[in-house]
Amino acid sequence: MANFETVEVKTDVLILGGGMAACGAATEAAYWAKKNGLKVTLVDKAAMDRSGAVAMGLSAINQYVGVRDGQNSIKDYVEYVRNDLMGVTREDLVANIARHVDSSVHMFEKWGLPIWKDADGKYVHEGRWQLMINGESYKVLVAEAAKNALGMDNIYERVFIVEPLIEGGKCVGAVGFSTRENKFYVFKAKTTIVTMGGAVHVFRPRSVGEGLGRSWYPPFNSGASAYFTIKGGAEMTCQEVRFIPVRFKDAYGPVGAWFLLFKSRATNALGENYMQTRRPELEKWKPYGMVKPVPANLRNWLMMLDVMEGKGPILMRTEEAIEKIAAESPDEKSKKKKLKELESEAWEDFLDMTISQAILWAATNTAPEEKPSEIAACEPYFIGSHSGASGAWVCGPEDIAPKEYFWGYAQMTTVKGMFAAGDASGASSHKFSSGSLTEGRIAAKACVKFCVENTEEPNFDNAKLEEIKKWVLAPIDTFEEHKGATVDPEVNPNYIKPKQFMFRLQKIMDEYAGGVTTQFMTSKPLLEKGLELLAMLREDADKLAADGLHELSRAWENYHRMWQAEAHIRTIMFREETRWPGYYFRSDFPSMKEDWKVFANCVYHPAKDEWEMLKRDIIPIYEEVKVS
Amino acid sequence: MPSYVIPDKCDGCKALDKTACQYICPNDLMVLNKDLMKAFNQAPEMCWECYSCVKICPVQAIEVRGYADFVPLGATVTPMRSTDSIMWTVKFRNGTLKRFKFPIRTTPEGKAEPEAGFATHDDLNNELLATEPESCGMSTLPPVK
Repeated sequence: MANFETVEVKTDVLILGGGMAACGAATEAAYWAKKNGLKVTLVDKAAMDRSGAVAMGLSAINQYVGVRDGQNSIKDYVEYVRNDLMGVTREDLVANIARHVDSSVHMFEKWGLPIWKDADGKYVHEGRWQLMINGESYKVLVAEAAKNALGMDNIYERVFIVEPLIEGGKCVGAVGFSTRENKFYVFKAKTTIVTMGGAVHVFRPRSVGEGLGRSWYPPFNSGASAYFTIKGGAEMTCQEVRFIPVRFKDAYGPVGAWFLLFKSRATNALGENYMQTRRPELEKWKPYGMVKPVPANLRNWLMMLDVMEGKGPILMRTEEAIEKIAAESPDEKSKKKKLKELESEAWEDFLDMTISQAILWAATNTAPEEKPSEIAACEPYFIGSHSGASGAWVCGPEDIAPKEYFWGYAQMTTVKGMFAAGDASGASSHKFSSGSLTEGRIAAKACVKFCVENTEEPNFDNAKLEEIKKWVLAPIDTFEEHKGATVDPEVNPNYIKPKQFMFRLQKIMDEYAGGVTTQFMTSKPLLEKGLELLAMLREDADKLAADGLHELSRAWENYHRMWQAEAHIRTIMFREETRWPGYYFRSDFPSMKEDWKVFANCVYHPAKDEWEMLKRDIIPIYEEVKVS
Repeated sequence: MPSYVIPDKCDGCKALDKTACQYICPNDLMVLNKDLMKAFNQAPEMCWECYSCVKICPVQAIEVRGYADFVPLGATVTPMRSTDSIMWTVKFRNGTLKRFKFPIRTTPEGKAEPEAGFATHDDLNNELLATEPESCGMSTLPPVK
């Protein structure tokens, strides 16, 4: 076995990840831990200032309910989310995030985040729930608060978490390794909060050359949360509800400001607005097809129908939107001023969060006031925080949750001591950055309560730990053992390098599970074939080889992605209907069915190496409004 | 290439215990070639073009060239980040230049205080988070029904 020193850290609350949810968990946990004499430890595979999905920054805060100013109620938000997800949502979780999220946003402002304000000092809304920000340093600020709360002595950066530690059905910590030095880390904890983000690069991206890394969601979100919870035996939910955003084509720049703030239209090459010409199609997806705003996946679907009929390219009519806004100016001088403002806002939208899109516009000499820009559906991602819903099935809040959704501590998974938030928790979509941080806060307070009420020390068998260490380091050993067998270490019959392993996974998912090249369409026979190939990939995972620490983390990232892939295929196959046609389409079950208005959940049983599929009732906390 | 390092400018952060770009890259891409004492991006095709390395480099030795598989050559987007604002220079393929300046924070660096100055409470058993209800801007938690 490779020579790695074992470092053991004992703690009460272990926060895995360093993104928005983790930072929210850190500030809240630190407060309650201090009051109760507990220790909090955070582990991030990167550097907190720029880790997670908000690493680059953001140009908007997408969840702000505005209760303080009477703009919306919690119920309004829950209804919006429920409809967007075609009825499949945990209303208790969404309501819980919604009632706490404004307080998070008010904290951001105090931390120093510039939030746009109007002449009366009120926040400027991009849309009903969205606030405009100068968000280049959004993550830096949030990380700063988290670091100030915990102190750097309690933060481990550049430590990659591989595996949960489960003892007697309870989560007692996690293991991983340093990506900088030969150290194997063992974290033993009374409670563990899983906040390691969603999963990208499970499906083959549209760009496969140098632009492979230009996914919409970051390529370093590699399924660690899904793996950790699945492998720990936690019940998972909405593993079929992937997210496919429509963004500016290729560089994946944000469209929110264009659609919501600038009121732009998208049209096909013939100048037709598919939201109007395809309106009759929405009848098929009643009642959700009839609500306003039209659910994200149905907007996708109407566009995809145009694409499939060869009516592309699909264009964001930026020139039209700018002309319309400018025309409202009373004179030439104010028109010029307005255009200057719009130009700055449009470019900041990209520069704050998708700099590649600014490069692409500059490289194609695109002036948005002169010509439209192409938009397209991205490849599928797993992200419980946006308009997707995949994640762990977690306990709701005591005062709101129906009894079926309550088992002791808010945000706790079905595994005792294991909590989840942000992209790691499912069926609570549309939490975005602010709601994810909020969910981390909720989880953290519940964790401290758990520690106070469950004082048993976390223990794990040493012999088993040695076995896990050997397994985690195996890719390095495999490489060392066989590297001499060929001149080029990349091509060797004894092992597979992480990159080719990833490409194999992406090809399976793309071609069998409804990726870009099949226009997001799949069926039972295709899924079965995918599962068969996935089983062989899993066998070959024993032959993953890593030349050094960087490749060791790549090996485990792709191993994690593979488990997300399997949960996805199994759940799409289980749900015998099409409910989110703009996310994936079952050619063998092409419509929505009333008896599938349930959660499709799954549990992996590690001892038996078996998956169990379950239906769970959707229990609303608000009466559903009938839409005809 | 996404991010690339200009050899004449990079000094391998020799005054520091680790290079700034290596420290910050969220995808663990930047490494130091210790023989040359120059940093480089070891897997450009896994680069998100997040510019974290570009922004942090103390000698402006890192730039970005758009992904070669879909971005025409000739454009550059260059940030200059200070403690409270960021200045961007966008150069088009056709030579057009644009410059933008945006604020990035309203507080002094390092001063984000975890409780954000809101009143806190001691009840571990209620639904209120540490800074609530004051941070909600209300006298109670927003009602669910």
